[in-house]
Amino acid sequence: MSKKWFAFLAVIMISAMVLAACAPAAPAEKTPVEVFSWWTTGGEANGLQKLIDQFNAANPEAEVINAAVAGGAGSNAKAVLKTRMLGGDPPDSFQVHMGHELLDTWVTTGYMEPLDDVYAEYGFNDAFAPGVLAIVSYEGKPYSVPVNIHRGNVLWFNKAVFEANGLTAADVSTFEGFMAAADKLKAAGITPLALGDNGPWAATHLFETVLIGTLGAEKYLGLWDCTTDWSGPEVTKALENFKMMLGYINADHTALSWDQANQLVIDGKAAMTIMGDWANGDYTAKGFEGYGWAPPPGNTGIFDALSDSFGLPKNSKNPELMKKFLGVLGSKQGQEDFNILKGSICARTDCDYSKFNAYLQSSAADWQKDTIVPSLAHGAAASEGWLTSINDLMPTFVSNGDVAAFQTGLVQAAKDSGVCK
Amino acid sequence: MHWRLNRDRLIAILVLLPSIIAVLVFIYGFIGWTSWASTLNWNDMLPIPKGSLFPNTNSIQLDNYIRLFTVDQRFQIDLRNTIVFTVFFIGSCLAVGLSLAIFLDQRIWNEGFFRSIYLFPMAVSFIVTGVVWRWLLNPGSPEAPVGVNQLFANLGLPFLQSRWYTNPEALYFTPESPVGQLLTQIGLGAVTTPNFGISIAMLSVVLAAVWQMSGYTMALYLAGLRGVPDELREAARVDGATEFQIYRRVIMPLLAPITLSAVIILGHISLKIFDLISAMTGPGPAFATDVPAYYMFDTVFRGNHFARGAAIAIILLISVAVLVVPYLANAMRTEVRR
Repeated sequence: MSKKWFAFLAVIMISAMVLAACAPAAPAEKTPVEVFSWWTTGGEANGLQKLIDQFNAANPEAEVINAAVAGGAGSNAKAVLKTRMLGGDPPDSFQVHMGHELLDTWVTTGYMEPLDDVYAEYGFNDAFAPGVLAIVSYEGKPYSVPVNIHRGNVLWFNKAVFEANGLTAADVSTFEGFMAAADKLKAAGITPLALGDNGPWAATHLFETVLIGTLGAEKYLGLWDCTTDWSGPEVTKALENFKMMLGYINADHTALSWDQANQLVIDGKAAMTIMGDWANGDYTAKGFEGYGWAPPPGNTGIFDALSDSFGLPKNSKNPELMKKFLGVLGSKQGQEDFNILKGSICARTDCDYSKFNAYLQSSAADWQKDTIVPSLAHGAAASEGWLTSINDLMPTFVSNGDVAAFQTGLVQAAKDSGVCK
Repeated sequence: MHWRLNRDRLIAILVLLPSIIAVLVFIYGFIGWTSWASTLNWNDMLPIPKGSLFPNTNSIQLDNYIRLFTVDQRFQIDLRNTIVFTVFFIGSCLAVGLSLAIFLDQRIWNEGFFRSIYLFPMAVSFIVTGVVWRWLLNPGSPEAPVGVNQLFANLGLPFLQSRWYTNPEALYFTPESPVGQLLTQIGLGAVTTPNFGISIAMLSVVLAAVWQMSGYTMALYLAGLRGVPDELREAARVDGATEFQIYRRVIMPLLAPITLSAVIILGHISLKIFDLISAMTGPGPAFATDVPAYYMFDTVFRGNHFARGAAIAIILLISVAVLVVPYLANAMRTEVRR
């Protein structure tokens, strides 16, 4: 009996080994190019696949390996990426937020190749907005190709709930207006503002829109090069506004993720939520059409931008092929195909938006005329170390509302970042 | 004869050598690497030169540790949470495990069936436990409770509803309370803050962990109970002891070594806990359910604070060693004596 079993197992194992040996042997003539991202589901994964298909069609000698790591809004992927980069085994290209996440983590530390030749070859210098070029460049050279632009400062609301309570988008354009509207909603038994800060970044996200709304674009920008004083009275005012808004959130906010908070708005249990425009994709995916959007209090005329971009690490195994892939990422066709699925607008200025949905068309129009500021919660405004320090302060403030302690912590975080004195 | 012995010894050495080398490199080597890394000024994504084990940076001695224990609020809250978790987790597991084992030891009907039921939770991973309990203990809103809260509402027991792991508060002796005043008088006023309290949210995590591990504790105790010879019980009965006295005076003392093993096994699980926290709550409101292992991951892979993460790792290692080393030393001494 046992001998039979042994023979049976041996046969299985040998055939498994034979199969394993066969499998990768077939496409061996093609050169593999590894693209690393955290796009594993829904529109973003489909969009990436479109780009890969375009590249594969134009370069039959190459084969893109889609090395995507799922989960945690990129935090799992970033952990894997950092281990690989430190170990000297970089992918040929990887997804990174443009701005300080790209520059402070990877460029100033010497992990990346400059891309001025790619930019020159494909005419990207004229295709991207000057503001975008500045954010991806270090010492005059660009270091990544942005694929899309997301807007962080959007207030989403349930139209039916707003109408039933006699509110319009204009009512919440100031902090005073927001407070009045929120009191009205609260009295009607509706949660005014939905928040899902299961991951602390969602609270940081709300916080950055309050900073922008209270300080205005110029002083908000000043926070990140320390020309705006973190210990000053304007920041105190922003913290008080933030505290005021936190007084109107759902009780179970720490148990929810951002999309579960969004569900509260869809169900009409909550009236508003402040989230980036990936929420638009969530509404589309859930088949909900009764939503409206507006800038959060004080944010009118300011576009809080973040972008996914791809760079070229040193020691990439196939830099020439990878540069061609980056060319596809930055092309008009590539950006249109990708962004319509991803639910974001193009980093290029010449995209045709006629096929995009109503929200994205309005966002594209704002992108042209608004003042552009970088997002904190999504790696554009500050280094990852600084952002982590702020994220670490967030849960405590959200629960105890101690403005003075929070501000002291923020001043300390600014000092620890090495940017401020 | 002499030659044979030598050959045996040679084979023994050859067979053991790979694992000795592996242990030296992958355990002690890496402990050494981490300890050295924890003293460096390596709190950025510094590149590691080819052929080197560390980035080019200077040593800042114990600054990373000093920072953790002086200015780092999050780490101090984590220490509190770990202690709370460890005490409640081990205590509840032992109590529940022992009760279940004694219950099963009463020669009840279909013992195997119950034994399997109590043991099954151990077969799932902490990740699964975490996700399931996150759903069960999600409080919902007071108007529309979900999960366990909804069950309480439907049973007409709304006073049992709780905010579970979303509760940011801690139970502690306030300076105004009688105990707090007493503590202040004897010079321990510093402990009358939430930092020396019991994080309420952590108790929800304890609940999930106990659900998973108490069956295992039961199995340990059951084995111990079955190892108590019937003659002892009968002798006690002949001497006129009641059933309670038999357990209290005869059986419990014999179970002491089992309790010790259980404490060691549960203790090192609880000090290193990461997966359950990660799947169930994350850091929680005001870090109410944050633990050092989770902070270590966060600070290294999100904040690029490699040296600070290494310092946390070493602190965890030391705390586990404090628990395990005396036990190992004791076990070795007993073995030598044999």
